[in-house]
Order: sequence, then C-alpha cells, then structure tokens
Amino acid sequence: MRQIQSSLLSDTVASLCQQVNFALPEQIATALKAAEAAETNPRARQVLGELLENAQIAGDQHLPLCQDTGLVVVFAELGRQVQIVGPDIYDAINEGVRQGYREGYLRPSVLANPLQRNTNTGDNTPAIVHLKTVPGEQLTIHLMAKGGGSENMSTLWMLPPAVGPQGIIQTITEHIRQAGGKPCPPLILGVGIGGDFEKAALLAKEALLRPLGQPSADEQVAQLEQQILEAVNRTGVGPMGLGGDTTALAVHILTHPCHLASLPVALNVQCHAARHATVTL
Amino acid sequence: MSLSPRRLVLPLSEDVVKQLRAGQVVSLTGILYTARDAAHQRLVDALDNGDELPIDLEGATIYYCGPSPAPPGRPIGAAGPTTSARMDPFAPRLYEAGVKVTIGKGPRSLVVREACRQHTGVYLVATGGAGALLATHIREAQVVAYEDLGPEAIRRLEVEDFPAMIAYDVYGATIFCGEEGLG
Repeated sequence: MRQIQSSLLSDTVASLCQQVNFALPEQIATALKAAEAAETNPRARQVLGELLENAQIAGDQHLPLCQDTGLVVVFAELGRQVQIVGPDIYDAINEGVRQGYREGYLRPSVLANPLQRNTNTGDNTPAIVHLKTVPGEQLTIHLMAKGGGSENMSTLWMLPPAVGPQGIIQTITEHIRQAGGKPCPPLILGVGIGGDFEKAALLAKEALLRPLGQPSADEQVAQLEQQILEAVNRTGVGPMGLGGDTTALAVHILTHPCHLASLPVALNVQCHAARHATVTL
Repeated sequence: MSLSPRRLVLPLSEDVVKQLRAGQVVSLTGILYTARDAAHQRLVDALDNGDELPIDLEGATIYYCGPSPAPPGRPIGAAGPTTSARMDPFAPRLYEAGVKVTIGKGPRSLVVREACRQHTGVYLVATGGAGALLATHIREAQVVAYEDLGPEAIRRLEVEDFPAMIAYDVYGATIFCGEEGLG
C-alpha cells in the first residue's frame, strides 16, 4: 500500500487552483490566434485580439484571466493501492481550494445556501468532487475552475431516440444560437450522449477535460463532433455574441450505453477561458 | 466600420447619450459603480421602501461586475463584466431612477431595450473574460455599499479609457446577432 500525505494533496490542489486561473492553456491561445487569423468579421477579430492581449496581461502582471475564478470541480482517480494519510480526500481537496483561493487573491464565488443567497463561504469551498477508484498506486487529480456564465447555459435533454444524430446537431445548435453572447463565446462544448440522466451530465463535464480539439477515438463520434462544430459556427453568433465565424473552438463528445427507450444528451458549455489542469501524484 | 474608439467622459449628458449608436466603439473615463445580482435586489428594495440609497443613481453608470480581490499593490483584481441578462428584472427600475449607462456582457430582454429608449439610456458591452485587460484601466476602487456581500458589494471605480461598445442605443437598435431593432 502506498501512502500519500493529505497535506501533499492539499498543496497540489492549491497550486493547481492558481495555475489554471493565471495561465491560459497554450492550446487555447493557439486556437484563438488561428481563429483571429481566419475571422472575416472585424468586430470578432477585435474581440479575439483582446482575449489574446488579456492572456498576456494576466501572465505578465499576475492577474486572474477572468474575475469569475470559478467553482472548483475535481475529478480524482484514486489508485486502489493508495492510502491517504490524514484528513479524508474530500477534506484535503477543500483545504487545497481554501489555500489556493486565499493565497492567490482569487474570487470566492460560492454561496452557502442556494435559496437564501446572502452568505458567501469566503474561501470558494466546497469544491465539487467526483471520485473514482482505479487500479494501481497513483492519485490523479483533474481540476477545473468553472465559470458561472457558461455553466448557466448548460442543459440536458432526454431526446426521442428517433431524432438520431441530425436531431442532436439541431438541438445543440439551436440552443447555442439562443444563448448568444451569454456564455462568453468562443466556446468549447462538452457533450455527453447516452447513459442516463446524471451519467450524461457527468460525461459532458468530463469531455471538457480532453485536450482541445483532440477528436474522439470513435470515428462516428469524431464525425458528429465535427458536424456539430461546423453547424454551431454557421450560426454567426461569434465572439461575445457580436457576430462572426468563431462561435466554438471545439466540440468534445463522450458516449455511454443507454436504455433502449432513451437518448440522453447533456451539453456542458465552457467559455474560452477553459481553465483545467491535471497532476498525477 | 471604424473601430477607433470615441472617448467618453462620465457622467454622460442626455445630449451625448442621444448621439451614441449601437455598434460604436467607445472608451470611458470617469466613475463606474459595480453592482450585480444581490446589490440590485437591495437597491430595488430600497427604492420600493423609499429608503435612502447608498449611491446617487442620477446620471450614474452601473457596471455588472464582481471583481476578484485586489492583490497587494493594485487597486483591484480581475474585473470583467458578468452576464447582464440576470439584472434584467431590475434594470428598467434603475434606468427610471436616473441611471444612464449599464455595462455588462451578452444580450438582454426586450424590456431593457425599451427602458433605454424610454429613459434615454444606453447599454454597453465590455469583453467577457478579459478581466485582466479591463483591470489595467481601473485606477482606483473603493467599496461604498453592502460590504457584507463580498465580491458583490457596490464599488466605486475610477476608470480611464475603459474599452466598451454600445450594444443598445436610445433608438432601439441592437448589436446582437439574431436580435432585431425596435425601429
């Protein structure tokens, strides 16, 4: 049995919280530059240019990329030969979030009560933690800081199976057209297809962790990703909803077997500040 | 279309507001007040109850923003706009009470465009997710009301050449893809 001190896990989470909020992933910067070069709409080019300048300033001046420094979502893969020493894994992750947000001057964005809405927990806890056990003696932490504006435009449909892939494309495209500038396009779309109600939603979030634009290994799914991306970019919503060719940078789909009566489709919308990172201990 | 900004000094007079057109790129210099969901609820409750308001709304510019905390040596952390549509239930009331300008991101409901037309106001957008860039245009920041709300407290911001774009003008025009002008 390998032992991992909970303090190491907390320090790792604290460090990831800061890393993701101050540095735009290189893949996103590259995609924004390519979009800026390809854009035919001058307003869209201006917005894309501002986003690249923003990333530069955030790095140079150590400011968060966005004032919404997100709700922390962690997918933890705990090896079956690992024992966490000290507080349990959930407490250790929340302690890391507490440290990372306080020391990094990151905005606490969590309300203690969703109905009363008048008390901020003050340290951005609790994080949303999804834990699964895996073979081996390692602990892998995938951490994302998820902004509220894009999360608010996420949704789930229990579609009639007969609509097929074309129905999925139309449903998602119409939803993104309606959302317009609200979720801060250009977007990355995480899509979960299959499973059941909650499984589809979890797949949609997990799909956002995939390296930007890396197609699904399944050829049919990869084709659907490309078709949705093209359809969404034909809406003309554009960066910040001000018009243009760049509404989404990528579509990532994960699938799962499902009930013969069902076609669950979940859409998790991610803004251009796609802040996530992975560490293996 | 020209993308060089028109420089505006706040507060805006009614004459200047009437000159602005959806799609115009502007830069703002002067005072903004931040307010988002919780602060709006309190402002509107105060108006309903006839209580004294913590800020003067006459001619005011409201910025939908909850900044990240100021690191040492800076007036403010990242300070980009939040989604304006969440403030739509409150916005007409504030335009009616004297607000001339609101700044946020994204499209809004029709009642806000009608309020802009009726009360000679404008709605501006700043680039969402450009919180670091926009922070460099903020010279000073001070909490002036509802400090218990933390990031949602009302802050008085002194801004210089703050970049924005006219999204809704007093003539019912809009910049958003898929929306039609009120004509």
